Amino acid sequence: MRRARLAADIGGTFTDVVLEDAGQRFAAKVLTTPRAPEDGMLEGIAQVLRSAERTAGDVGVLIHGTTLATNALIERAGARTAFVTTAGFRDVLEMGYEKRYEHYDLNLELPAPLVPRELRFPVAERITARGEVHLPLAEDALLQIAASLRQAQVEAVAVGFLHAYANDAHERRAGEILAAQLPGVALTLSAAVCPEIREYERFSTACANAYVQPLMARYLGRLAEALERLGLRCPLYLMTSGGGLTTLETARRFPVRLIESGPAGGAILSACIARDARLSEVLSFDMGGTTAKICFIGHGRPEQSRKFEVARVWRNLKGSGLPVRVPVTEMVEIGAGGGSIARLDALGRIRVGPQSAGAEPGPVCYRRGGAEPTVTDANVVLGRIDPGAFAGGTLALDRHAAERAVLERIGGRLKLDANWAAAGIGEIVEENMASAARVHAIERGKVAERCTMIAFGGAAPLHAANLAAKLGMTQVLVPLDASVGSAIGFLRAPMAFELVRSFALSEDRFDAARVNRLLEAMAREAQAVVAAGAPGEALETRCAVEMRHAGQGHEIAVPLPDRALAPEDGAALREAYQARYEEQFGLRVADVPVEYLSWSVTVSTAVSAGDPPPAPAPESRAPAPRGRREVFDAASGKKASLPAYWRAELAPGARLAGPALVAEPQTTTLLPAGWSLEVTAAGHLLLTRP
Amino acid sequence: MHDMQEQLVRQILWNRLIAVVEEQANVLLKTAFGTITREAGDLSAGVYDTQGRMLAQAVTGTPGHVNTMATAVAHFLERYPAASLKPGDVLVTNDPWLGTGHLFDFVTVTPAFLDARLIGFFASTCHLIDVGGRGFVAEATSVYEEGLYIPHLKLAEQGRLNDTLLAILMGNSREPTQVRGDLLGLLSCNEVATRRLAAMLREFGLAELDSLGEHILETSRRGMLEAVQRLPRGTWRAAMQLDGYEAPIELRAALTVSGDGIHVDYAGTSAASRFGINSPKCYTDAYTSFGIKCIVAPDIPNNAGSLSVMTVSAAEDSIVHPLRPRPVTARHVIGQMLPELVFGCFEEPLAGRVPAEGAGSMWVMGLSGGPLVAGASAKAAPFNVISIAIGGMGARPDKDGLSTTAFPSGVGAIPVEITEAQSPLLFRRREFAQGSGGEGLQRGGLGAVIEIENTDAEPFSVACATVERRNHPARGRAGGGAGRVARVALASGKVLPGKETYVVPAGDRLIAEMPGGGGYGKASTAAICDGSSQSAAAPAPASSSWVP
Repeated sequence: MRRARLAADIGGTFTDVVLEDAGQRFAAKVLTTPRAPEDGMLEGIAQVLRSAERTAGDVGVLIHGTTLATNALIERAGARTAFVTTAGFRDVLEMGYEKRYEHYDLNLELPAPLVPRELRFPVAERITARGEVHLPLAEDALLQIAASLRQAQVEAVAVGFLHAYANDAHERRAGEILAAQLPGVALTLSAAVCPEIREYERFSTACANAYVQPLMARYLGRLAEALERLGLRCPLYLMTSGGGLTTLETARRFPVRLIESGPAGGAILSACIARDARLSEVLSFDMGGTTAKICFIGHGRPEQSRKFEVARVWRNLKGSGLPVRVPVTEMVEIGAGGGSIARLDALGRIRVGPQSAGAEPGPVCYRRGGAEPTVTDANVVLGRIDPGAFAGGTLALDRHAAERAVLERIGGRLKLDANWAAAGIGEIVEENMASAARVHAIERGKVAERCTMIAFGGAAPLHAANLAAKLGMTQVLVPLDASVGSAIGFLRAPMAFELVRSFALSEDRFDAARVNRLLEAMAREAQAVVAAGAPGEALETRCAVEMRHAGQGHEIAVPLPDRALAPEDGAALREAYQARYEEQFGLRVADVPVEYLSWSVTVSTAVSAGDPPPAPAPESRAPAPRGRREVFDAASGKKASLPAYWRAELAPGARLAGPALVAEPQTTTLLPAGWSLEVTAAGHLLLTRP
Repeated sequence: MHDMQEQLVRQILWNRLIAVVEEQANVLLKTAFGTITREAGDLSAGVYDTQGRMLAQAVTGTPGHVNTMATAVAHFLERYPAASLKPGDVLVTNDPWLGTGHLFDFVTVTPAFLDARLIGFFASTCHLIDVGGRGFVAEATSVYEEGLYIPHLKLAEQGRLNDTLLAILMGNSREPTQVRGDLLGLLSCNEVATRRLAAMLREFGLAELDSLGEHILETSRRGMLEAVQRLPRGTWRAAMQLDGYEAPIELRAALTVSGDGIHVDYAGTSAASRFGINSPKCYTDAYTSFGIKCIVAPDIPNNAGSLSVMTVSAAEDSIVHPLRPRPVTARHVIGQMLPELVFGCFEEPLAGRVPAEGAGSMWVMGLSGGPLVAGASAKAAPFNVISIAIGGMGARPDKDGLSTTAFPSGVGAIPVEITEAQSPLLFRRREFAQGSGGEGLQRGGLGAVIEIENTDAEPFSVACATVERRNHPARGRAGGGAGRVARVALASGKVLPGKETYVVPAGDRLIAEMPGGGGYGKASTAAICDGSSQSAAAPAPASSSWVP
């Protein structure tokens, strides 16, 4: 009986593999092998099969997420790609937004385009904003371009024409001609990958897709072979940035949709726990080595968006990367992780991140050549991390080196001792995350105070309670196996596909019949994609429309009712839009007409309703600590002796009062004074404060 | 020990305050109607103490707004003393001399209260598409012709919108809906920010903002002063020639570094123009201090504290200090050249740290159609859109200049697809003007070339008020070559030489090439052949080529 379910998340530093079978879970963490990522993954799979005492033949499904596409973009290691575009617009990709994302820095850099000018080919054709043909496509010229492309030995081609979102006939025709002329070359049409207005963002997305396509196709091919050798003949699905699973075939067509699949998996885990624990408002907090990800989950669903920025080139600043418009889990990602470096700025203020010491050289305490203090070093100095039990005891940490670095680089100039300087680093990184969460909450119209935090990833449990307190939150849940949260999330993801089409309608021209026809066609297309990966399963279809006041440039998504639209729905949608607008911006703009712009359809397999509410936890028992640790407490300015517990020894129903530490192989949970902890029936740690 | 806690809490509050103004700017971006605000980002947002001193600004928008707004709030308080303001009041003006330099920019100020006590102010600014008058042109010879003037007034009083004022504004604008929408956006972003500030102070158990403000201003002032004190002392001069409107213009600056700050004096600069390219003193101050800060202390936060270390003087009624009623619509043509002039002053004392000259002011070209355009039929569809065209930045000592990137403005371009969706205009091309960057060890940034036609068989007008550097290129530095000069012409051949408004006849096309940035360092032969963006390896664009 092949019933074991396997998930593999290839991250920048670690590859996490999780196997679930018959209510048991086994996890492995191995180093990522960047040259051939499948090697590390196979090693992880082998480890987890051994510890679970299973064979490849027991595995019924494998779900996979990888940062390979993201890394190819960051390292500019993708295919030799060409871009065929409307004559006169050859440089759109390189001109970008034509603005500086930082005002005062005269040395700033803009991202180099994925396709250099000599591989950007203009062709005569023109469609107007209304979707009418102004100048027919010069098909003969396209044949010449195809010859040049052959000569230039390009591996991938993107086609991006102006206003293709309104009418993609020219793009499709150009695609047919090029496909016939250039067999074996990967082809991306801008309207297929991102049918939305604003040429730079659409072209950028199309080129990013083309750029990673050959690489991903090769990788997926190698992976399939390697799995075959291992005897894993089960279906393989890929995790997308939007939080749904997809088939190999779709992943090959739209590899750009695989970017940020790891963080999407984390959001799914939070959503799943939220449903199981009946938590209606959740803030998902995922903190690893390099970044922290914060995402809001309302009623068991992560927020979705369609814009993302990848491969930032200058001090990790927002605006210095390439825009990609694909369905993504809406989250804010900031340079705040265990490896984030702390420095003093010109005014003697502590700054943490976005630069990261990564795995190489890593924090100072790793003794691998790192000289600048990181968040992990601060935690070691403060006594929160046991230097002898880090990463399951496999990496002995040098506490004295961490103290020296914290003192030299931070404490000295501020006239602070190592403890206070380390406390300052901890405070600032937590404050950075809190401020990102606050801005994000406003942008999404959420109230953090009402949420429960779900915290996972190697570094999150140490900072979760303090971050929650800063955000006015009173409840934090640290799930079982928190350090491999994203991979666990993969196993909870539905099979899903989202499509978006621009079809602008003014309020007085709301045409329910035409919209219904459009949505039905889109639903059929998306259902076909999903059904291919989930034959026979019940499918769920959700539709939404993006609306704005006529004349604005920012839209708000409004969900559509679960039935065909009727003419009077126009007014109901207007009302729903205005309510959302007022909630976000504190103002009702009554007498300006609204517009309906893009229509989206998401088809997914049914999301599990969740397990029944867990049975009440058994009577509280006071567990015995494994030992005590000296931890610096900023409130009193003194070292305090804290009890340290081993998570595996805490049974459901166990209760603790802070301050205390709870350690497990890959992470440690900090329970500050004033907080109490209970192990839930499901095995999660639930931290609460009055 | 408790000092440390206090120090940390102050730093946290400071960060938090910056997050509040970023959010304020973001709300404006999302609620604005005008494309110049919502697409190009021509806006600013900031927070002030109860005396009207700027504590923090959003890192968006333009220095022209931010640094003028830094002094604008204090002017409001002279007319409306702080004690007279009530929750729900919103003040507004578009006074070029007391606001941000021309009638198009509306500054709004909202007092923030905590438990009925005034704790500070939020101000925001954006560029409205049309305020009547002659529109976005420089032909006016007095500010009275340039549009509707709104002195310091209340846009809302205790939560009630001033409908009379809105009606007057809308009644005087060619784009009333956008004007109203943008004003509501300004109001909305200030309102959201006041709520956040009150919540933040409550969370930390604080009753007021001013003591934190004092800390921010003093820390920043000291940081800026220390940066100045690390510079060599002395006075350095620079001059720059520009095309001007009716006659060429000479800008002159003398920059003095002393123990207590930096002073720039514009003595010797040309007198004010008869036309609307004059830069009011507040706008001159704004771009002068911006230029200094880029060179001297880019990392010090921009607020009233750091700004206080820099002072500016200019002769009254010169082009950098025009007096009412001089016309000022296209004031950025002059104002945005001033950082380049400041850089020129720093060339000698800070050799090797100062970039070459760039295109400087960006081109804000008003494109209009309709029955009133000369030669148009009665059926011509009316439209008013703005196309932002951007030249090349000067080469940096270690890097090429950025191509088609605005400097010193922080504004960006408006996507062609957005502009075309709002009008019958069609862009034949918008791409790099090859070879327009000045040569050098580091090459100057490339300008853009654009070509526009009306798909209706009707003429359209183009306001060339902000077109500069047709005759005076961006100069190179340290032996680098000059960038190519700008050109504006019709496809049929006629050159459009001045800053007037021209008509592009039905069937003809407008072709505009933006200036390139200057190069840095003497070019070796190898360096000239190297510029990848200028390589001619690929086939030429299929659209019509540049017609001189």
